[in-house]
Amino acid sequence: MSLGRKLACAALVLVMSASAAANWLAPAGYSKQYREATNAPPSHTHWLGTDEIGRDRFARVLYGTRISLLLAPAAALLSTLMAAFFGGLAGYLGGAWARTAMAVTDLFLSLPWLFLLIAARALMPLNVSPLISVLVTFLLLGLLGWTTAARVLCTTAASLRTSDFVRQARAAGLTGQRLFWMHVVPNLKPVLYAQFWISIPVFILSEANLGILGLGVAEPMPSWGSLLKELEGLVSVGEEPWKFAPLILLAVVVTSFQLLLSKQEEAA
Amino acid sequence: MKRKERQSEMMVAPCWKAIAAAIICLGSLLGCATAQASGELKFCLRTEPKTFNPLKVEDEASGTIRYLTGGVLVRVNRQSQELEPELAQTWKLSKDGRQISFHLRSGLSFSDGTTFSAEDVAYTVQQLMDPALHSPTGDAFRSGTGNVETKILSPTQISIRFPAPVAGLDRLFDQVAILSGHSPKKEMAVLGPFMVADYKAGSTVLLKRNPNYWKSDEQGRKLPYLDSIRLDIQPNRDVEMLRFKRGELDLINSLDSEYFDKLATTSPQLVHDAGASLDSEQLWFNEVAKSPIPKYKKAWFHSANFRRAISEAINREDLSRVVFHGHAQPAAGPFSPANKFWFNAKLKPQTYSPDGALKALQSDGFRMENGTLKDKDGNEVVFSIITNAGNKYRERMAVLIQEDLQKIGIHVNVVTLDFPSLIERMTQSFDYEAILLGLTNVDLDPNGEMNVWLSSSENHQWNPQQKTPETSWEAEIDRQMRAQASSSDLKKRKEAFDRVQEIVVDQEPFIFLINKNALSAVSTSVHGAAPVILSPQTFWNAERLAVSAK
Repeated sequence: MSLGRKLACAALVLVMSASAAANWLAPAGYSKQYREATNAPPSHTHWLGTDEIGRDRFARVLYGTRISLLLAPAAALLSTLMAAFFGGLAGYLGGAWARTAMAVTDLFLSLPWLFLLIAARALMPLNVSPLISVLVTFLLLGLLGWTTAARVLCTTAASLRTSDFVRQARAAGLTGQRLFWMHVVPNLKPVLYAQFWISIPVFILSEANLGILGLGVAEPMPSWGSLLKELEGLVSVGEEPWKFAPLILLAVVVTSFQLLLSKQEEAA
Repeated sequence: MKRKERQSEMMVAPCWKAIAAAIICLGSLLGCATAQASGELKFCLRTEPKTFNPLKVEDEASGTIRYLTGGVLVRVNRQSQELEPELAQTWKLSKDGRQISFHLRSGLSFSDGTTFSAEDVAYTVQQLMDPALHSPTGDAFRSGTGNVETKILSPTQISIRFPAPVAGLDRLFDQVAILSGHSPKKEMAVLGPFMVADYKAGSTVLLKRNPNYWKSDEQGRKLPYLDSIRLDIQPNRDVEMLRFKRGELDLINSLDSEYFDKLATTSPQLVHDAGASLDSEQLWFNEVAKSPIPKYKKAWFHSANFRRAISEAINREDLSRVVFHGHAQPAAGPFSPANKFWFNAKLKPQTYSPDGALKALQSDGFRMENGTLKDKDGNEVVFSIITNAGNKYRERMAVLIQEDLQKIGIHVNVVTLDFPSLIERMTQSFDYEAILLGLTNVDLDPNGEMNVWLSSSENHQWNPQQKTPETSWEAEIDRQMRAQASSSDLKKRKEAFDRVQEIVVDQEPFIFLINKNALSAVSTSVHGAAPVILSPQTFWNAERLAVSAK
C-alpha cells in the first residue's frame, strides 16, 4: 500500500472514530444554543468557536460528519445495487432487455433531478423529525443516483456475455442463473466496487448542495451541507479561518475516498 | 530706518488683511460650490425597472425612479411623516371624504418646457382611474363603483370627486406623479427634480437635473444640487457592497444586519441605523376550518390561550439580539412604533416568560410528562413551522423559536420550503401548521392593510376568505376597519385602528416577533444625507443632496 493510501486510510479512520465518539468529545450536543456567545472565535470551551446562533461548531462538525459518513455509503450501496440489477442484468440478457433497461436509464438521466428532489422534499409531510428528513434525503439520492453506474455495468456485462470464458462455460452446459452467479457476477465485482466508491463523495457533495438549498437535513440536526452554508457570506479567508473546518474535512474525506478508489480502479 | 521699517510694517499689515479676506471669500465661495454642486450620485437598483410610467409602478426599482423624477401634488415628509405641499400650495378635503380640492402653484413647467396646469392633474387622474391601464397606484383610490369626476375651476384650481369616501385620501396623492396632458414626450416629461436622460437595459439608468424644476433652497439657490444620479442595475448584494467599499457607489439604501456589522467594523462613519422600520416578522397558526390537519391540532390553534402561551414562550429580545445582531426591536403589535401617528402607544412587546406560558397552557388542560407537553387527550404537542428556504434570518429565528418552545415541552419541526411551495400551502391547500414570514409595510395608513385584517380578504392569512366572520373578535376587527376606512375624521380613525391593534395583540392571530431596523450606508462624500426609516431611506431628500469629489 502506498503512503498516500495509508494516509487516506488513517484520515478516514480518524474522522470516523472522532464522529463516532461525538457524544464523549462534545457532550453538550449539536443543538444547544449559547446565546450569549454567538459567532465566538475558538476557545477552550468551543474549539471551533460557535455559529451565528451560538451552537458549538466542533460538536456540529462531529455530528454532521457522523450523519454524512453514515448515510452517504448507505445511499451509495443502494444505488450500486440498483445499478447492478438494472445494468448488469440488462447487459447479460442483451437484446430487447438491454434496450428497455437503457431506455429507462436514459429517461432517468434526462430528468432534472435537482428539481425532482426539491419537489419530492416539498411533497413530504411537514411533521417529520430531522432524523426521518435526513434518511429520506439520502434515500432519494440513492434511488436517483444509480443511472450512470447502470450504463457502465450494462456495457461490462454485455462484454462479459460475449467473452470466451462465458462461451466456454455455456458450451460446457452452464445456463441461466448458475452461469450468471458463477461467471458473470464475480467478474462484475471490481466495477461494482469502483462504482460504490465513486458514489460516496458524489452523494456527500449532493447532500451538501441540497443543504445549501435549505432542502437537506432539517434543523437543528447538522450535516456537512448545513455547515458549509456558513461560508456563503464569508468575504475573506483570513477573517474567520476556523469556519473552513467543515470544508477542509469534506476535502480530506473526498480525497481519501478518491485515493482508495484509485486502488479499486486498478484492481478493476 | 526705524520709520521706514514702521512704514513697511504698516504696508504689510493691510496686505495680510487683504489676503486673509480674500482667503475667507474664496473659502466661502468654495463652500457654496460644494453645497451647490453638484456632482453625480451613484447607487444601485437591485432589479431592472419594469416601467417608466409612474402610474404603472409596482416594483421597487420603478418606484425609485418615480420618486426621483415625479412631481406630486403633496408629499409625505419621510422624516416628520407629515404631509407637505408640493405642486399644490393648499388642499381641502370634504367632510364626507369623497372630494379633494387642490390649489396649484402657478408658472411651473415640465422638464420639456410644457406648462403645468390643472388640466394636467385632471389628465393624470383620468389616466390613474382608467381601468384599461390597471394602475396599481390607482387601486388605492377605488373605493366604490362609479366614475371619478374632476372639475377644473381655473388653471390653478381643481376638485376631484370620488364615488365613495376614500380614507386618507390626501396622503394617497404622495404616490401620484403628475403627467403632462400635452407634452409629446408623454411620461418622460416630468415635474420632479430629475429626469431620465439615458437608460441601458440591464446596466444603468441615468437621471439628469430637471432644468425646469421649480424649487429653490432657503438661500434662493435652484434645486436640486446634484447634476445627475447614476443608477446601476445590480442584483448581487455582495457586488454592491464591494463597489461601495471601493468608493464606486455613494450609498446603499437598505442593508441587512450582517452586511451592516461588517461595514461598521471597518468604517463606522458610513453606516446608519435609523431605528425600527415598518417591517415586521411574524408567526401564525393555521386556523382554516377545512385545512387537512388533525382535529386536535385545529383545537390548539383555535385557542387564543394556546397562541398567547406560544407568544409568551418566545424570547423576542434574543431574536433581535442574536439573529439581527441588535438591529431589530421586539414587536409590540401590527404597527411598528416607527409609524408615529398610527402606532398604539399603549401596546408593549410581550414579556418572555416560559413559566407563565406553561401555566397558561396548564389552565387549558395541557400537562407536562417527562419533558413533553401533552394536551388533555394525551396528544403530544408537536407542530411544524415552515418558512422560505434561503432566508437565513427567518431560518435562524425558527431555530431559536424551536429551542424556546422546547423549554415548555413543545417539539417544533422546522421546515424550509421554496417560496412557491410555501405560498401554495398558505393560500391554496392550507396544508401547514404554522408559518413564519414577514410583512413589508410601505404605507403608513392602516388602509394599506385592509386586505390583511378584513376576515373576507384573501390575505387574512390565518383564516382567509371567510363568508362571515367566524369569531366575534374578527367581526369586531371588520367593524373597526370599515369604520376607520369610511371616516374622514382622523381622530375617529385613530381610535378605531387603536382598537384593532388591541384586539390583534390580545387574540394573537399573528404572533408579532420583531420589527427590523432601517439600515443603510452613505459615503462621507455625500452631503445633506439624513437616513430615515421610511422608504427611500437615504435619498428621500435627493434634491438637497450634494456629492463632493472623493
